Amino acid sequence: MTDVKSTLFRFQSIIALVVLCIVLTILSDKFLTPENGWNIMRQISINVCISVGMTWVILTKGIDLSVGSMLAFAGAITAGLLKNGIEIPSMNIFLEFTVFGAIFAGLLIGGGLGTFNGWMITKFKVPPFVATLAMLTIARGATMLWTGGFPITGFGDTFAFIGTGWFLGIPMPVWIMVIVVAIAIVITKKTVFGRHIYAVGGNESAARLSGINIKKVKVWVYAIAGILSAVGGIILVSRLDSAQPNAGMSYELDSIAAVVIGGTSLSGGRGTIMGTVQGALIIGVLNSGLVLLNVSPFWQQIIKGFVILIAVILDRLNHPNED
Amino acid sequence: MKNQPDILFEAHGITKTFGGVIALNNVSLKVHTGKVNVIVGENGAGKSTLMKILSGVYPDYEGKLIFNNEEVHFNNPKEAMQKGIAIIHQELNLIPYLTIAQNIFLGRELRNAFGFLNSQLMRNKTKELLTRLNCDLDPNSLVSKLRVGEQQLVEIAKALLEEAQVVIMDEPTSAISDSEVESLFRVIKSLQEQNVSILYISHKLDELFLIADRFIGLRDGKMVGTIENSAEAKKDDLIRLMVGRDIKNVFQKEKAPFGEEVLRVEKLSLPRKFDKSSYVFKDIDFTVKKGEILGIFGLMGAGRTELLETIFGLHPKEMSGIVHIENKALKIRSVMDAVKNGIGLVPEDRKEDGLVLQMEITKNVSMASIGQVVKNGLLSSRSESNLAKKYIETLKIKAPSEKQYSKNLSGGNQQKVVLAKWLATDPKVLFLDEPTRGIDVNAKNEIYHLINDLAKKGLGIVVVSSELPEIIVISDRILVLSNTKINAEFNQDTANEELIMQAAIL
Repeated sequence: MTDVKSTLFRFQSIIALVVLCIVLTILSDKFLTPENGWNIMRQISINVCISVGMTWVILTKGIDLSVGSMLAFAGAITAGLLKNGIEIPSMNIFLEFTVFGAIFAGLLIGGGLGTFNGWMITKFKVPPFVATLAMLTIARGATMLWTGGFPITGFGDTFAFIGTGWFLGIPMPVWIMVIVVAIAIVITKKTVFGRHIYAVGGNESAARLSGINIKKVKVWVYAIAGILSAVGGIILVSRLDSAQPNAGMSYELDSIAAVVIGGTSLSGGRGTIMGTVQGALIIGVLNSGLVLLNVSPFWQQIIKGFVILIAVILDRLNHPNED
Repeated sequence: MKNQPDILFEAHGITKTFGGVIALNNVSLKVHTGKVNVIVGENGAGKSTLMKILSGVYPDYEGKLIFNNEEVHFNNPKEAMQKGIAIIHQELNLIPYLTIAQNIFLGRELRNAFGFLNSQLMRNKTKELLTRLNCDLDPNSLVSKLRVGEQQLVEIAKALLEEAQVVIMDEPTSAISDSEVESLFRVIKSLQEQNVSILYISHKLDELFLIADRFIGLRDGKMVGTIENSAEAKKDDLIRLMVGRDIKNVFQKEKAPFGEEVLRVEKLSLPRKFDKSSYVFKDIDFTVKKGEILGIFGLMGAGRTELLETIFGLHPKEMSGIVHIENKALKIRSVMDAVKNGIGLVPEDRKEDGLVLQMEITKNVSMASIGQVVKNGLLSSRSESNLAKKYIETLKIKAPSEKQYSKNLSGGNQQKVVLAKWLATDPKVLFLDEPTRGIDVNAKNEIYHLINDLAKKGLGIVVVSSELPEIIVISDRILVLSNTKINAEFNQDTANEELIMQAAIL
């Protein structure tokens, strides 16, 4: 009996997902179609990329509220460099950027902002909530400065391929998502870094006394969260062919929701990348289904809120001894 | 508070077990009204457990409590408080960013006719209480600004507000300065004059003679005797009440020849955290040879744990002194440096500091030496399993498989997993801080055997313990840490419990 129960708990998000899909298939004949399937996958790809980073951050008992702003800034940097390059008239410098160069710069910016987060948290002991809250507004402000408050648009076909192209019958954003997830799973399960993430979150004191460099682990985790936000930002800019100064607003909420629904504990040390992918899928399927069923967007938000609560309550029931 | 019986509070045949380990065995005790009743005993004798039962912290026990000639049972500290029994814990339970008055009235705030807080009245009452304690603190001061001794007075005032008739004090002088001890003792005297009964735990014998009316000795969870008239007692009598524990020892140490010196510590000092002019310990020197087990004994607060932590790189900024491993002077600036140089530390609190409880045995074992289970850049679960299996076999860890979660293991087996983690690093010196704390007798003996075997294989071992019989039975040599210094050194032949205790309470 307890075996049945624990198995149910273990696969709760998969079960929820399957039930959700069956219900939606019955309610709407537009749900179970290839187009809608790819739509959902494409829509969740950005959230999944961000949420992989968020999962690691939360596994170390942290939080990153700045992912949406870092996404916007990194995306805008890539967009601006691609479109306008860098021009410093006084020194007679003009640099043009290739697609690769601009993407690389965007990723670098994301990694830099994330590293700054990690540095504030480890060096100055700023609580993660506060440090990343500060970055949320800093990066947003920087985005406004860089774009002057107006969208940057029009980047040509090569760059548009990232967000809108298909390769071997699969949309490019989905490829990127799958690659990110695959690499993340290997890192989480099979590398020393992955192990240290769990150790730091599971018992920081024991990890420190085992000679693990806690600060290094944390700085890397936040840096990666920044890089993966930049990945999301670049996909978004490419898909819309436009860098919006207010892109990615409140993305941190969907990301945290995906991680939490996926069974990662906010007290650290427990959770999986696959869980987070399932969490993002549940949110994506729910969004799509509610739209197909013509549920008002206001109700959609309320329903999403309750789904998060239910997921966490189930998780509590499954792990009664954690605080 | 008039017409109280001579014996206000009484415990009869109290027995308490924790998961099979007997902490208290048929203990009976009388608290004489208006007297300072002192309980003496070694660490682990069961003093704190007894106090927690008397004050309602532990509601499950065998035996009965009698208060004012009627049987009582407390389900929580609040019920005990309502009867008039207050406990002042070692760790004070005050809220730092509230004022003295706000703390004293916490949970029983006074209100005015409109339902708002009546701060004026609470301040005045607080002032009255503090005056009763001969203390002129301002009720509006924040508790965070007070010294520890003053905070203690606030706790006592809180107890007086509840009209406490019995005040239990658990090691109240362990964290306060000498002048604060004096004023605490004045407070105790004045409480006595107000006919309040005091139950006092401490092992600082010198100061006990200043305030005690009677002594009660506790050892191994059993009552071992009382001295009714404290004026007639001598220090030796008290030491005899404290020592002589029977740990049902079947362990017999095997002597083995020592090798070369592996650890040498010179002029090691650590200043106190908040008062840099005084020291936790100062100018400590000692050496450990290969195959030698060095025991370090000290009472609570003597700095045993801090000594190990300092060598292990946990206080790099504050410490001074030199550490040599195999005659090489080291710069240990972090735990990483210590581990790299062949030092391992099995910490006192295995659940808080030793293990990641929600991880499998395998992952805990490999944690400090993870490099050895990496194959081609990736973790190899097979070599990780093999590593764990090796130690499950050699240390006889009882677990259904190496994938068992550490939280599901017994205390003794958890301790072995921590031990395995350090053995896996192939250390030169191993520090063991209270290696058998909270584990049962059989597991204790098993751990002693393991420690002995490791020494025979040439490991240098430092054991810190506050349990006398333990330190005597496993150490080749014993240092006694007291008053920031190494106060005495004993070898196997010269060591006995009374001598060590005498050196420790100096």
